[in-house]
Amino acid sequence: MFQFIRSPKVYDVCIIGSGAGGGTAAKVLTEGGLNVVMLEAGPLLHPAKDFKEHMWPYQLAHRGADIGGRGLHAYNGEFMAPNGFWEIEGEPYTLAQGTQFRWFRSRIEGGRTNHWGRIALRFAPVDFKARSTDGMGDDWPIAYEEIAPYYDKVESFIGVFGSKENIASAPNGVFLPPPKPRCTETLIKKSCDRLDIACIPSRMAILTQAHNNRPSCHYCAQCYRGCISASNFSSSQVMIPPAQATGRFTLVANAMAREIVVGKDGKPVAVSYIDKTTRSECQIRARAFVVAASACESARLLLNSRSSAHPGGLANSSGAVGRYLTDSVGSVGVGYFPQLENMPPHNHDGVGGMQMYIPWWKYDRKNEFLRGYHVEFGGGRTMPAVGEFDGVCRQHEGYGLALKKQCRTSYGAYIGLSGRGEMIPNVNSYCEIDPQVVDEWGIPVLRFHWQWGANEIAMAKDMQETFRSIVETAGGTYSGNANPGGPLPYGISEGGTIIHEVGTARMGADPRTSVLNAYCQAHDVKNLFVADGAPFVTNSDKNPTLTIMALSWRASDSLLDQAKKGEL
Amino acid sequence: MEREPRSQASRRDILRLLGAGAVAGPVLRAIPVQAAEYAHRVVAEEKSAATGGAYSPKFFPARQYQALNVLCEAILPADAECGGAVEGGAPEFIDLLASENPAYQLQLGGGLMWLDNACATGYGAAFLECAAQQQAEVLDRIAYRKNAVEDPNLLAAVEFFALLRNLTADAFFTSKIGIQYLGYVGNTFLPEFPGCPPVPGV
Repeated sequence: MFQFIRSPKVYDVCIIGSGAGGGTAAKVLTEGGLNVVMLEAGPLLHPAKDFKEHMWPYQLAHRGADIGGRGLHAYNGEFMAPNGFWEIEGEPYTLAQGTQFRWFRSRIEGGRTNHWGRIALRFAPVDFKARSTDGMGDDWPIAYEEIAPYYDKVESFIGVFGSKENIASAPNGVFLPPPKPRCTETLIKKSCDRLDIACIPSRMAILTQAHNNRPSCHYCAQCYRGCISASNFSSSQVMIPPAQATGRFTLVANAMAREIVVGKDGKPVAVSYIDKTTRSECQIRARAFVVAASACESARLLLNSRSSAHPGGLANSSGAVGRYLTDSVGSVGVGYFPQLENMPPHNHDGVGGMQMYIPWWKYDRKNEFLRGYHVEFGGGRTMPAVGEFDGVCRQHEGYGLALKKQCRTSYGAYIGLSGRGEMIPNVNSYCEIDPQVVDEWGIPVLRFHWQWGANEIAMAKDMQETFRSIVETAGGTYSGNANPGGPLPYGISEGGTIIHEVGTARMGADPRTSVLNAYCQAHDVKNLFVADGAPFVTNSDKNPTLTIMALSWRASDSLLDQAKKGEL
Repeated sequence: MEREPRSQASRRDILRLLGAGAVAGPVLRAIPVQAAEYAHRVVAEEKSAATGGAYSPKFFPARQYQALNVLCEAILPADAECGGAVEGGAPEFIDLLASENPAYQLQLGGGLMWLDNACATGYGAAFLECAAQQQAEVLDRIAYRKNAVEDPNLLAAVEFFALLRNLTADAFFTSKIGIQYLGYVGNTFLPEFPGCPPVPGV
């Protein structure tokens, strides 16, 4: 039976999406006095029930491999915080011919902040001035100095550990003390020192001290499973609770946004969404809208919000919505280190992720490519997991006691290295509405187009050479991908798989070539803001989440200010 | 399975505590580490209680399941120090995954059939009825990729064994005894991370 439910109440602001950007907006806007409703396409999160923190693999029948082994070699294995998916049943996306692209989505309160690596890096001043620096792409309409106070606010509120190193490509921030390095980290650091490569404590949104009423990390290395004590950052556990505490916050779960509805004057007045629980069509009204559904999902929503006033989709008079899609350049390699064989058993867990990393260090010289990358690494004596011994089995083969002993000898002796580099936007990488396919809610889906450029391939090649020199200098044996041919030269990642998609509603000074102004506010419609990765003009080597939050905080301040002046 | 009432009550208390924090605590719920540790333990115990009991194969027929046991134990056998793959739960794990995965059913089920056929051809008996020496001979042929290079007819069998070896390692090294054998230390609560102990060459 068809039902259409329209909320009688008109909220000040409707936020679509509860992740890093949406959560930040919810906190800032409610604390600023506005009445806010948030739509989340997935269910509410219940950490005590949903998280598998501290469980052993043998406590699960599938040991972490998940049903039929589908979690083997997958980023979203069985232990991960709930509802992060590479494929969502009933909600497909399509690929243009020849495109390799994967889209990680989550459907849960807090969005992908439940699943992310907690890596919290500031963009550097130069990252906002790409075109001025090397003539490619575009400059941001804001400078580092304008966003720096918001980086300060975000770091101060959520808690980020790190160290002030005065490195031009990795600005100092407001840091909690970093944890002591693991053996694997000491090893790589020594090698980097010999090669004159910077290797410094990482910057992670994990508490090394009690902070803002959240207890310190207890060093179980399981951040990705979700942290029941909220000692790491997730929007669900850190941003949404203070919004709820204001009494001015309503969270509508299982609400899949279909379209932003505009009035006769073309101004947004409501969001129509599907209540997934009852499969009913609903509408919620507000005076202003913050779209923060993730870069591609936000582009999809805007493109699907067509009206006579906005025939090409809402806020899309420039035609830039869905364009300029980028992901980080990734390439991986692994080193085997004999000195780590048969290490004395000791607790190697640490925080959930890297405690040291290699920031971009070649910014002061001419390279064979533009822009830069950083290197993340990890390994050692982590909790044994399914898939972990595939490599040993493949290399040593056979069976019996020799194999059993070999596995033990090799355990903990590997360190993986993973590059994260800047992709320059190109005309062949974008998303658009596929006119022929809808999801189970009848919403037209996205079709992706993807192509790495020559600069990205050159960067992947350089990553491979760097990994090899670091591993070999440390006395290890390197396995990587030096193959310049094939669909993924030098092991460059498939588009989308680093899960750093940004740029699909970029900001800019010129409304003819950009979607948003410098405050993430649509050029075309003043009461619409975008607060996820979509506003990014460039996708520097830094993981985007911290910048998403800083931009969202800044946009929310602007929204508050305009609301107070009655301009919305 | 029945849990003792004390645990149930404790768990409810913990969940209430956590829930109360979420509602009443304006900013973030503050949980002392000890309370969090206790909560983890109780929740984990309850979750683990869902498994256990004797396992009856879901996919492999009885004789194939027996053969699977022999193969798993051959891949990672017990020794004086530690139990082997069967004690580590490999046959159950592999059967469970196969029961849910048609590709595994084909490759593992077909591989076991191949094995019986190869034994029948070579030794006039199915794999289970072969002498230990004969079983070892046939495994030696399929445990190395180079044998498939010399004899491409072995390719499918070699791939079958490689998959079985991976899955056996998955199960054994994620079992309690396997984790102990490796010497993993962790999954616990530390007030501070101690860093790397003194290790030569590191």
